[in-house]
Amino acid sequence: MNEVINKEQVLDWLDEVKDPEIPVISLIDLGVITNVDITDNKVTVDMTPTFVGCPAMDYMKQDVVDVLTKHGVDNVEVNISFKESWNSNKITDKGRKALHDFGLAPPPKHNLQVDIDILEHVECPNCGSDNTILKTPFGPTACRSIHHCDSCHETFEQFKPL
Amino acid sequence: MNQTALKELLYKIADDQLILGHRNSEWTGMGPLLEEDIAFSSMAQDKVGQSHAIYQILHEIGEGEPDQVAFMRNAEQFHNCQMVELPNGEYDFSLMRHFLYDTAEAIRFDMLTKSSYEPLALLAKKIQGELRYHTMHAKTWIKQLGTATEESKSRLQTSFNELFPYALGMFEQSPYENDIIADGIFPGEEALKEKWMARVEEIIGQTDLKMPEVSEAKLGGRKGEHTEYLQPLLDEMSEVFKIDPTADW
Repeated sequence: MNEVINKEQVLDWLDEVKDPEIPVISLIDLGVITNVDITDNKVTVDMTPTFVGCPAMDYMKQDVVDVLTKHGVDNVEVNISFKESWNSNKITDKGRKALHDFGLAPPPKHNLQVDIDILEHVECPNCGSDNTILKTPFGPTACRSIHHCDSCHETFEQFKPL
Repeated sequence: MNQTALKELLYKIADDQLILGHRNSEWTGMGPLLEEDIAFSSMAQDKVGQSHAIYQILHEIGEGEPDQVAFMRNAEQFHNCQMVELPNGEYDFSLMRHFLYDTAEAIRFDMLTKSSYEPLALLAKKIQGELRYHTMHAKTWIKQLGTATEESKSRLQTSFNELFPYALGMFEQSPYENDIIADGIFPGEEALKEKWMARVEEIIGQTDLKMPEVSEAKLGGRKGEHTEYLQPLLDEMSEVFKIDPTADW
């Protein structure tokens, strides 16, 4: 590619890369892409995992490379870093809406001191009631908890606050 | 900064996580109820992932690849405390071990967020948040079952008494303890043990359980002296990897 790569354009392309387990939210909106640097037509993307043991990290890394390559960027480097570590406040408003529409309760914003209280009455993504209980803080993936709604009697998952 | 001292610290933390992570994973499909099956499996995933991140730091300062380090060492090369390698036993035993270990681990990582060794401090800030879910889980069940029926209380008390000397073994001092403290890498095992004891007493005080009599710590794990249970665990854990260590996954 000869023309100069523009950062806005790269961010736009990266919006195509979705979370492999929640394919409605992009890695940008999830907040796991922490920096994009373009120097001499080389694109360096910094990423950080939601949970340290997230098994999807390698897929996401490859997806970033694949999408940028598809758009003609030949020189891509992806670094996994904890310099700016992930917490659930990093999910954008657009991302929170996507989670909700997918049927997952978005994590409540918090002051980085998560305690059990904020898990107890999560708003049900199906009917909007907060008459809900935490069934277990451990769900089908490391980043989800399981809740039950006593109003609509549906069981639902939440993207866990961290 | 004393590199040997730093490596010793990193190895023992990562080895504890890897071995207990493997033991937790043995509950997959075996939990007493579905939620507990998933809880132990999720904590297994977290702990193995966290150990991987620490082996990665070790790799960056000259040690082997994380997979090699995890799968190709023998028991005497592991620095985990003996408590984490003990077989799962029944659920009460695994739950009590989880409580004793995770209470210490959470305090250890709180302390490490202030480490002078930056890569460790950054990782600790991340792991600290994840461990909140582990300690929350342990505390909830210890409080509930520690005040429930005669059977649940007596089972937990028996496991507590049996595990206590092993739990004290978590705080076995390193030969480099003074360097670790002087360099500001970690405030030391004694400081950790003191905070741990206070936290455990506080939670046990909210149940009908009693603190066991003070007994002699089961030491040796940090120096590579292990029970008969570690090598079979390692053989099983590394069985697939060893079929073809160069395979690309």
